[in-house]
Amino acid sequence: MGGGLRLNMNALDYLILALYFVTVLGVGFAARRAIRTSVDFFLSGRSLPAWVTGLAFVSANLGALEIIGMAANGAQYGAMTVHYYWIGAVPAMVFLGIVMMPFYYGSKVRSVPEYLRLRFNRPTHLLNAISFAVAQVLIAGVNLYALALIMQALLGWPLWVAIVVGAAIVLAYITVGGLSGAIYNEVLQFFVIIAGLVPITVIGLVKVGGVSGLMDAVRDSKLGEAGLHAWQGTGSTDNPLGAHWLGIVFGLGFVLSFGYWTTNFAEVQRALSARNMSAARRTPIIGAYPKLLIPLVTVIPGLIALVTVKGLGAEEGDLVYNNAIPLLMRDLLPNGVLGIAVTGLVASFMAGMAANVSGFNTVFTYDIWQAYFRRDRPDDYYVRVGRIATVVAVVVGIGTAFIAAGFSNIMNYIQALFSVFNAPLFGTFIIGMFWKRMTPLAGFWSLLSGTVVAIVIYLLHLADVLHFNSDLEESFWGAGLAFVTVAVVAAILTPLTRPKRSDELTGLVYGMSDATLKDDSLAGDAAWYRSPVLLGVIAVVLAALFYIPVF
Amino acid sequence: MADNADRYQHGEAHDPLVDETEDSREARSAAARLFDIRRVIGGLFVAYGLIVGLMGLFDSSAEIDKAQGVRINLWAGLVMLVFGLLMLLWQRLRPTEPPEPGAADER
Repeated sequence: MGGGLRLNMNALDYLILALYFVTVLGVGFAARRAIRTSVDFFLSGRSLPAWVTGLAFVSANLGALEIIGMAANGAQYGAMTVHYYWIGAVPAMVFLGIVMMPFYYGSKVRSVPEYLRLRFNRPTHLLNAISFAVAQVLIAGVNLYALALIMQALLGWPLWVAIVVGAAIVLAYITVGGLSGAIYNEVLQFFVIIAGLVPITVIGLVKVGGVSGLMDAVRDSKLGEAGLHAWQGTGSTDNPLGAHWLGIVFGLGFVLSFGYWTTNFAEVQRALSARNMSAARRTPIIGAYPKLLIPLVTVIPGLIALVTVKGLGAEEGDLVYNNAIPLLMRDLLPNGVLGIAVTGLVASFMAGMAANVSGFNTVFTYDIWQAYFRRDRPDDYYVRVGRIATVVAVVVGIGTAFIAAGFSNIMNYIQALFSVFNAPLFGTFIIGMFWKRMTPLAGFWSLLSGTVVAIVIYLLHLADVLHFNSDLEESFWGAGLAFVTVAVVAAILTPLTRPKRSDELTGLVYGMSDATLKDDSLAGDAAWYRSPVLLGVIAVVLAALFYIPVF
Repeated sequence: MADNADRYQHGEAHDPLVDETEDSREARSAAARLFDIRRVIGGLFVAYGLIVGLMGLFDSSAEIDKAQGVRINLWAGLVMLVFGLLMLLWQRLRPTEPPEPGAADER
């Protein structure tokens, strides 16, 4: 990117950004006072109210790759991008809260891999713990690199300065404040991100003459009428996204989205830090409500950029789709809200990276170090290990960021590949949770074979041996076939191997609830507006209703 | 909350590693002493509202033209200010329950 995107930031804009940095660090140091035990450090002492964990849940996913990427998709694919929210996220978030959270939170596991250790065996656990840890560090590096690219393009900071400054701040507040530092900052980041995106959307809509003006302009754009519809034209693959409705419903809506939202520890960790079962179950559901509305400030700006920025959609240079939001910031925002918008982008990068790093340090400490290297040390020891793991993760993240700078395409591929990893994991989880008979060995081989299938299909796609209409279609198929592989292997191996005893599965599988589990509900949890099922149903109904204007 | 350890019942998880950390959490967790994030959010947004709102008062016509004739700084500043004040008000009206006196410090 050349100097074409450079924003005209003045001293007050920088003051806004600096205030944000100072606040984020202050939150980290304030959270330090609350850390006595390893559970305080890694799971916020399981003490947080649902609105905090719920907003952190959605914020952990609001990395800038998500915001920049969804605005880019909005410009490239039009209204079909809403599928990533309304069918590709909300139902899975509700499912996590209503169906799966009782097993996660009720069994008091400290991480997603740990559930696998209790439900199946140590090999399954180690396989998942290592692949998760590696993925988180790599993705943290990608987030960091993306942050640095934006800082370089918008503010003119050299790449390495931006990488080191971003990493140092995230490092400071997580090392010092643990998960509470990360989660509290995520809540703050959520509001800053929204405050940054709303003015872009408002001024953009004024510029194109409101919603009807935008719709007219999109009809005249290269997307045409198809850019305004999410479902029309999905009877075939002749639509902007190149996806059949079957692929959207089962690939995106079921396998990919359930895999990501229900088994990704960087997300689930937020719910595990809630103060009781009711708050844990409400966490992803409360997160679903902002998720319903986020397309208003990502997809709509994408469409506005499409119709107002001439030549958007170039193969390279300043006019690539990924620059939709930065271009609108440059063209529409005066100093003041400009500072807020830049701060919002920076906040979203930090939110994404912090989620990866705090997920990593927990899995590394509890699931790798404590489980396989140093057991039976005092609790303080593991807090220290967690802090060291955080430093290591950020330093390695800086390393991967510099590697990513050399191979940005490859890093995109790696990220796509890890998204496919989640599908076999979800398959193993869901079958293991609902089929008591599924044996530990079947669990291990299901997960391993599903993962191998996902990788092989992906590599065959890269090598052009298998042909798909788009990368997206590949991920639908890769994820779907991996899921089927898990189910088939589980069905074949389970009758041949020995299951776990019933008493070992208490609280871990459906129909084996833990009778000794104490009731931890607080006064007021019985109120209707705190019912996870009711809140979840409303979210799903809203998602369906939202489709009506863009059908 | 070590003094009422009898509240703790085994059987929530049947794993030594999980039980150990849960035990030490119940005994020593200081999480109840966490500060209130609403105050931080409220404070930051009040500051942002004042800065951006004041900039909005003195916006030149070039800046207003850039924003398509919308006095965006003024409006955004006002909205952020009100939001920040509401957060502070919420925190004032419904403070988090204070930590139990006996569990305050026992290091």
